[in-house]
Amino acid sequence: MSMISGLLEYLRGNEKKTASIAKERLQIILAHERAGRGASTPDYMPALREELLAVIAKYIHVDRDLIKVQLEKHGEYDVLEVNITLPESIRN
Amino acid sequence: MPKVIVVTSGKGGVGKTTTSASFSSGLALRGNKTVVIDFDVGLRNLDLIMGCERRVVYDIINVINGEISLKQALIKDKNCDNLYILPASQTRDKDALNLEGVERILNELKESFDCIVCDSPAGIESGAFMAMYFADEALVVTNPEVSSVRDSDRILGILAAKSKRAVDGLEPVKEHLLVTRYAPDRVEAGEMLSVTDIQEILRIPLLGVIPESETILQASNSGTPAIHLEKSDVAEAYKDVVARFMGEEVPMRFITPEKKSFFKRLLGGL
Repeated sequence: MSMISGLLEYLRGNEKKTASIAKERLQIILAHERAGRGASTPDYMPALREELLAVIAKYIHVDRDLIKVQLEKHGEYDVLEVNITLPESIRN
Repeated sequence: MPKVIVVTSGKGGVGKTTTSASFSSGLALRGNKTVVIDFDVGLRNLDLIMGCERRVVYDIINVINGEISLKQALIKDKNCDNLYILPASQTRDKDALNLEGVERILNELKESFDCIVCDSPAGIESGAFMAMYFADEALVVTNPEVSSVRDSDRILGILAAKSKRAVDGLEPVKEHLLVTRYAPDRVEAGEMLSVTDIQEILRIPLLGVIPESETILQASNSGTPAIHLEKSDVAEAYKDVVARFMGEEVPMRFITPEKKSFFKRLLGGL
């Protein structure tokens, strides 16, 4: 946002309304809480995640935080998504 | 088929007991033989809201323990012929309830009542669990406020996973959203979550909207369920809720700001 449009918005009193902030915050936290509830996360998930991390670490040196393992529902299918962000040094 | 309906929310102070009182009265006014049960053992309040606190002799725990018959504990409502109240115990602690006892009471009530309304305590502890476990339908009472919406979502998760219907693999508990303390003018000003927002987040069908109103306090002050306060917004809104619950198509009311008259605007501007 440029300074001028920001200034205009400020003058018009168009700053983000709290109701829409509330909605956004709820959508994010509930998506997270629902994912961690019931059958959507089988109890083997933490162990699976740890073992995957161990295998990857044997070959590549990556930051643990850059490896994401999650189970998602896409219609009728459950998709196991393993997302590894490789460090710059390996990509070249 | 008699129906067991739980009025629940997770969060406290959102209007469960107010709703239980008016909803059960509304069902009774329409000819359904109705009983409303207070599950808040240790903190009973339904008796006060229904205005029968001085007539409580026995309670649900006396029945569970087999000290008296169910009939002896039921209190006839002073406003509706078809309505009875089963109070919670004020002196015992909440562990005095157990699933077997509750099931026995509900089965006995099903023999003579059409609708059994269970007023759940706040929280997700045993009292709330007992109130929802045997439910066929659930009224999820939600305020347009982040903590209430989050707690309602949690309760919906529990209904879907831990209720008897879920455990037995039957058709799931039928869920209804009831938004209370709604202030359309604040929604329009962008200061309050709208009904549409809440519905989008919780993804359950909307049964009704009860506007924020001074009537509620007047109703509880006098021990008369708000649905009986003629000509008030709240009474009308609760009557709509009951009508929709019984399958009638009634358009939503009280979701847009009242048009202010010229004079009101003039006075409001001063």
